[in-house]
Amino acid sequence: MASSATSLQLEPLNTIVSRTPLQNALRRFVRHRSAQVGMAILGFLVFVAIFAPLLAPHDPIKPIRTVKRRSPPCIHLLGCPADQPQHFFGIDGNQRDLLSRIIFGSRLSLEIGVATVTFAIVIGTVLGAVSGYAGGWIDNIIMRLMDVLLAFPSLLLSIAIVAVLGPGLINALLAIAFVSIPVYARIIRASVLQVKEQDFVSASRALGSSPIGILISHVLPNAVTPLIVQATLGIASAILDAAALSFLGLGAAPPTPEWGLMLGEERNSVFNAPHLVFIPGIAIMLTVLGFNLIGDGLRDALDPRLVNVS
Amino acid sequence: MSQFLIRRLILLLPVIFGITFVTFALARILPGDPCYAILGEKATPEQCNAFREREGLNDPILVQFGRYLGDITRGNFGESLKDSRPVTQIMLERLPMTLEVTLGAMLFSTTFGILLGIISAVRRNTAVDVGTMLGANIGVSMPVFWLGLMLAYVFAIMLKETPFWIPPSGRLSSGLSIPPLAETYNLQNLSGLWGAIVTFASNTVTFNALITGNFEVLRDALWHLILPCVAVGTIPLSIIARMTRSSLLEVLGLDYIRTARAKGLIERAVIFKHAMRNAMLPIVTIIGLSFGGLLSGAVLTETVFALPGVGTQLVSAIFSRDYSVVQAFTVVIALIFVFVNLIVDLSYVFLDPRIRL
Repeated sequence: MASSATSLQLEPLNTIVSRTPLQNALRRFVRHRSAQVGMAILGFLVFVAIFAPLLAPHDPIKPIRTVKRRSPPCIHLLGCPADQPQHFFGIDGNQRDLLSRIIFGSRLSLEIGVATVTFAIVIGTVLGAVSGYAGGWIDNIIMRLMDVLLAFPSLLLSIAIVAVLGPGLINALLAIAFVSIPVYARIIRASVLQVKEQDFVSASRALGSSPIGILISHVLPNAVTPLIVQATLGIASAILDAAALSFLGLGAAPPTPEWGLMLGEERNSVFNAPHLVFIPGIAIMLTVLGFNLIGDGLRDALDPRLVNVS
Repeated sequence: MSQFLIRRLILLLPVIFGITFVTFALARILPGDPCYAILGEKATPEQCNAFREREGLNDPILVQFGRYLGDITRGNFGESLKDSRPVTQIMLERLPMTLEVTLGAMLFSTTFGILLGIISAVRRNTAVDVGTMLGANIGVSMPVFWLGLMLAYVFAIMLKETPFWIPPSGRLSSGLSIPPLAETYNLQNLSGLWGAIVTFASNTVTFNALITGNFEVLRDALWHLILPCVAVGTIPLSIIARMTRSSLLEVLGLDYIRTARAKGLIERAVIFKHAMRNAMLPIVTIIGLSFGGLLSGAVLTETVFALPGVGTQLVSAIFSRDYSVVQAFTVVIALIFVFVNLIVDLSYVFLDPRIRL
């Protein structure tokens, strides 16, 4: 006992580190193995997307007249004759450089993921907040409608919505966003219900805060943890669903360099030019994997229940 | 039990009502006049008026919805505008294929998902565990249709002329076919519900072949189902494996497991007789939820494997703006999904006697 007391006296005070819960969560996140891998993938992807015009060796849309259609990858280092033009991922069915299309496709994929989830969060927040604040029959109607939307297999409902709106990338994104609204509405509603009756909110209301002010300063901070986790995983599934719709021909239209569409266009050449199917699929998979890993990491880092366990 | 079942079924009514309402409402917000969308741009106003009168589009919206509900309960999903025959008939031809793939994929994903999950949990933090969980992470990130194409490439092209060759497309090898059950058992006179059931059963090729003892066709049909089922089942397999692992790990930390081990039970009995029983509940829930993914996956993969199911029909219906087909298929698949989850709810009772009815 005595020795520990002396050692306490000897230690300089500034070694005691105090961290806020947020700093703690950040530390857990940065040390999380799968989050690290996910961040690496996402970082690479964002880099490629930002510098796409500099990185892409060719135009993603314009055909190269001098090459043969669907020729396999040609990499000089791996024994491809030096007199042939180098194409790391080969040439697609319209004489375009696949690598350039994949590089530009990364932009589209990130945009698709972020745009749909943002849209879904905004609408979901409005619906969830209205539902939670209003209560009664308004709450009942909104939440039952959300239940019904959740009762559909999500991709199928998106397909049905696209069938109504007509094929096209924007319509596909709207459909995917619409289908994912219920999840966010539920999160926000739960958070509103939790906070609504607490004293500090009543006080804030008594001081004249508007419902929107309360939503922004009290409800959203309370919901931010599940929202962030859900949004990250939501981006992953939005990218997958958008690729599926494009694959079926219901999403992006040619010649857009969308990975799902690239796969769909070349699905019949899988037997004679497998690289045209293999590579876009790997691109989709890596992107989705990146977001999934980050989502897992965020959940582990932010969930206070798991803190004591680890 | 029956009381619980009735209560659950009553709770289901608003959901079913909602599903039909949403699909009905979707059809009503078709951009543009449905008349021009269906009869074509060149339709005259007279033709349009006649069309509206015939289809009842001039009635109040609630009357239209009521009529739609009534039609559905009688199994009448309207007529396909492209094929000009009842949608129900198309459904009886197409749905069996999709359900065969879905159920096959479910069998594949639950068997291997639970097995891999158990192995991972028991050998926690070993190479097997890390490998399985890595594989599961990759599995949930793969596009179903891409996996389908890759499997087709590997098993139909790379393994060509080996015993592992598996056909990449179609339902049966060319030259093989199976007579409808109505013909085999002289049931041509059946109509209505029974007729529909016989047609459905007879279009379910594996079932038809099994009960008529046509094992050549059965073998061939199952052989063709392998690749689609593996492709569709991989994502749910990954989800189920992860859930099994975490659920089992949670249970394995409990005191009664220590007691079971302390009294000298062999590890296998501890896992399967004691731990799994309690770990099963969340696993079964996730199996029910991934059924929706399986159905969507089947719809997507059919286009890859050229299978005559709901998916291929749905896509062609969308392009020909044959909305009654899209509407009917959406409703039916959503209803199947809802009922599967009802079955999951009911299964809780058998898994956990503490859940009282």
